[in-house]
Amino acid sequence: MTDLSRRRMIKTGLAAATGIAGVGVGAGLAKKYGLIPPDSRGLWGAGETLNYASYRLLTKHAMAREFPRDEISARPLANEIAPPSEAFQKLQAGGFADWKLSVEGMVDRPGTFSLAQLKSYPSRSQVTQLACEEGWSYVAEWTGVPLSQVLEAAGIQPQARFVVYFSIEHDWWDSIDMGDALHPQTYLAYGMNGGDLPVGNGGPLRMRVPRQLGYKSVKFINRLVVTNDLKKFGKGLGSASPEGGYAWYAGI
Amino acid sequence: MSDKQEAALPASSAVSTLRHSALVRVAHWITALSFLALLFSGIEILISHPRFYWGENGNVLTPALFQLPIPSSRALVHTGYGYVLPDQNGWSRSLHFQSAWLIVLTGVVYLVAGFASGHFRQHMVPHGAEASWRPLWQSIATHLRFERPSAAEAWSYNLLQRLSYLVVIFVLFPLMVWTGLAMSPAFTSAFPASVDWLGGRQSARTLHFFAAVSLLLFFLVHVGMVWFAGFGSRMRAMITGRVNQPLEGA
Repeated sequence: MTDLSRRRMIKTGLAAATGIAGVGVGAGLAKKYGLIPPDSRGLWGAGETLNYASYRLLTKHAMAREFPRDEISARPLANEIAPPSEAFQKLQAGGFADWKLSVEGMVDRPGTFSLAQLKSYPSRSQVTQLACEEGWSYVAEWTGVPLSQVLEAAGIQPQARFVVYFSIEHDWWDSIDMGDALHPQTYLAYGMNGGDLPVGNGGPLRMRVPRQLGYKSVKFINRLVVTNDLKKFGKGLGSASPEGGYAWYAGI
Repeated sequence: MSDKQEAALPASSAVSTLRHSALVRVAHWITALSFLALLFSGIEILISHPRFYWGENGNVLTPALFQLPIPSSRALVHTGYGYVLPDQNGWSRSLHFQSAWLIVLTGVVYLVAGFASGHFRQHMVPHGAEASWRPLWQSIATHLRFERPSAAEAWSYNLLQRLSYLVVIFVLFPLMVWTGLAMSPAFTSAFPASVDWLGGRQSARTLHFFAAVSLLLFFLVHVGMVWFAGFGSRMRAMITGRVNQPLEGA
């Protein structure tokens, strides 16, 4: 009996130690391979980390579904947005000729791009779905310049891990990891369905991240910052979304 | 050790006997808790867009398959109510996915253990004389007459119960997971067939809703039947694993 309980105790102890060591090693590996999202702490950290780690492991190189042109929605829904700021209205009055995108942070050649400069790069188009976290969706043809091309032009430094992007509108910013930033379907979009990108849909310049839900595709982009540390931005959670209670990673 | 002691006792003993294994009990309560969290957060998310569609796309500019007559947490949706509910989607979505992970991981352990131990074969799959239509009609009739379950049913599931558990475990839960993942733009980028086979993102969402309604109905009937069969003894059996009744003709 005592023999049995001692054996049992040793077994339980070994199992517990293995479990704790396993979790420790797992956490170390997860950190090393960048599987931990910036909002991994707090009540929902476990779920957010599992979501993000699964994407990194399973779908890192996958392409968002593209549709034939006849599946383009007749009317692309422009979601509710706050009234535009004075700064936006001023640029809009000038036909966005003075819209500037600044590229900063861990790049060799920081600087600004005008819309005309962005449009001078070979344009790319994708017919992809915009899916909102609320449940609705539409398909549109998005035209723009792949973010990777702009980052390449600016010269990303090797230690860069994230791209933070800002809307001209106050308190509207987000970030993606380098995998998403360099993904061929991640665009700085300036056109939709053959015309200019309408203001309601984020014109003149919108980030387009089709492998994540609509709220990652921030509207009215005028600033990019390449970084290796998201803690320096806002409350350090990677975007304005977690500050409003939403997950940083929105692939689901 | 305690299992051996029980096996040594005569079958007609009134001493408490193991009814549900520890794994079944732990899995049951984690699943119950996660299900309620998923239901609650799911309803909360649904309120932000209580319209449903079929096919790939749908939004307030397109006709709905149907719209639930409830208020919404978005001004964009015309509901006929003069107010907009507060937005609770942030934490609701986080709770939804965290509970989904918990229920799926628990479900995987339960399924593997259930197949390995013969749990499904022994306790759920109708066997022998049960596996035909006549016992099924009899079981339905027994339920419709609201007859109290026989003492034997404290020890084994009746036919209708077996079938509904099988449907929940092998049809509804997998369908929930599938239709849920089919709404993830990341998952569908890696596995596009998961959503294409369902007819599109909005079809997946609508099926997710109907599967959830089915699970809710199951949940209500399940709790009702537990109440009807004797809440105390059934709860005791699922918490402690033990039943304290004499065995008669089981």
